[in-house]
Amino acid sequence: MELKKLSLIICSIFLVLSVNANADTDKECFEKVSRGIFKFNQGFDNIILEPIAKGYNKLPEPVRNGTKNFTSNIATLLSIPNHLLQGEIRLAGHATGSFLVNTTVGVLGLGNPASLMGLENQKEDLGQTLGTYGVGEGCYFVLPFLGPTTARDTLGMIIDNNYLDPFAKVTWHEREIKSMSGNKIDYVGVKSATAIDFRGDNITSFESLEKNSIDFYAATKSLYLQNRKNKINNSSESEDDWGNLDN
Amino acid sequence: MKKLSLLLILFIFIFKIAYASNYSSDPEIFIKELVTDAINKLSDKNTSEDEKKNFIESVAEENVDINALGLYTLGELRKSTDKNNLEKYQKAFEKYFLKSLTSRLKDYSSNKFEIINAEKKSSNYTIVKSKIVASEKQPEIKIDWRVYTKNPDKPLIRDLIVEGLSLARTQKEEFSSILNSNNNDINILIAKLEEFIND
Repeated sequence: MELKKLSLIICSIFLVLSVNANADTDKECFEKVSRGIFKFNQGFDNIILEPIAKGYNKLPEPVRNGTKNFTSNIATLLSIPNHLLQGEIRLAGHATGSFLVNTTVGVLGLGNPASLMGLENQKEDLGQTLGTYGVGEGCYFVLPFLGPTTARDTLGMIIDNNYLDPFAKVTWHEREIKSMSGNKIDYVGVKSATAIDFRGDNITSFESLEKNSIDFYAATKSLYLQNRKNKINNSSESEDDWGNLDN
Repeated sequence: MKKLSLLLILFIFIFKIAYASNYSSDPEIFIKELVTDAINKLSDKNTSEDEKKNFIESVAEENVDINALGLYTLGELRKSTDKNNLEKYQKAFEKYFLKSLTSRLKDYSSNKFEIINAEKKSSNYTIVKSKIVASEKQPEIKIDWRVYTKNPDKPLIRDLIVEGLSLARTQKEEFSSILNSNNNDINILIAKLEEFIND
């Protein structure tokens, strides 16, 4: 237990040192290793994730929608404290309302009646929260199974998992909260379902991106970083860097 | 007789392409007409693969600012590259762009497309916001079109931003990664593009 805490502290110190407000994300932490891990993840995707996602896509629509709603409802538990940390009281209220309505009326989150009531459910995590505080992304790297990340986002993920996410506390850390209990299998099960659902939604996009990239690793990196920037800015507008290219 | 029918087919084909290219100069209507035209053509089961490919290429050559896109994706290197290499790069880029675009769009199946609005950013740029309506197979997809309007009579597409992700920027960063790991040697990038074209 003490060793676990120690490694967590060492890991966090490394990440904190890697993150600074002016960090250039083009900078890689260890590109060669990341490219190796990226290849490993591609192999895992080809052999395991993609075939499962293709099978998942053949399931009836209500089953897929139910899975999406269920995993999304659980993720709301992490969004609530992050909305609060960002000072977004209105969105925290919406997320709380959404979780309560979907868990009860929506039968454990399988349905999404909250969206019909106009309750917004925007996903937030600590990486985004730190981003809104002006913390830079730090360097970029790839994690086995989990995929692309940055120093800031990994630091956020560790704190989310250990302190902010009630679902992770109950399942991964097996702590009882108000007589609710779970275990690591529940945690891995829900995260796997989230990954399969996401992969299933993006079968064609991934295929097309891989087929048409001359450096798939760099294309994935660019898309990950653009997406994170948009999430932090709560915007879907791309940055204008065309400058004066008036030929 | 055989020659005559061949000429007739060629004439109809050229006429169709010319007709397809004649879109409005208003950015919003331009995108609407272009996408509607593309959806009709690409989802038509009677259109052969070759016809689809020719259609995509002719529409792109006419309505996408491929030259500017090539320069943009090259980043700062465009300023220091000599004319000869820049021309070589532009030629390779155009072929690469058309091949990858054809590959992305050839298998397109009909989807409902809607224009949301258009936002004039400057005298040179208008962003046309649109969406592909959600279907059983896929969720709603927001697509913004960066339209270059320096010549108000002939708008040109410079970028597609899908759910906030700029395709031009992704391409630029992909090329930049190749250049960075090869001492900014443009010939390596050109070789990679040619490898893709000939694959």
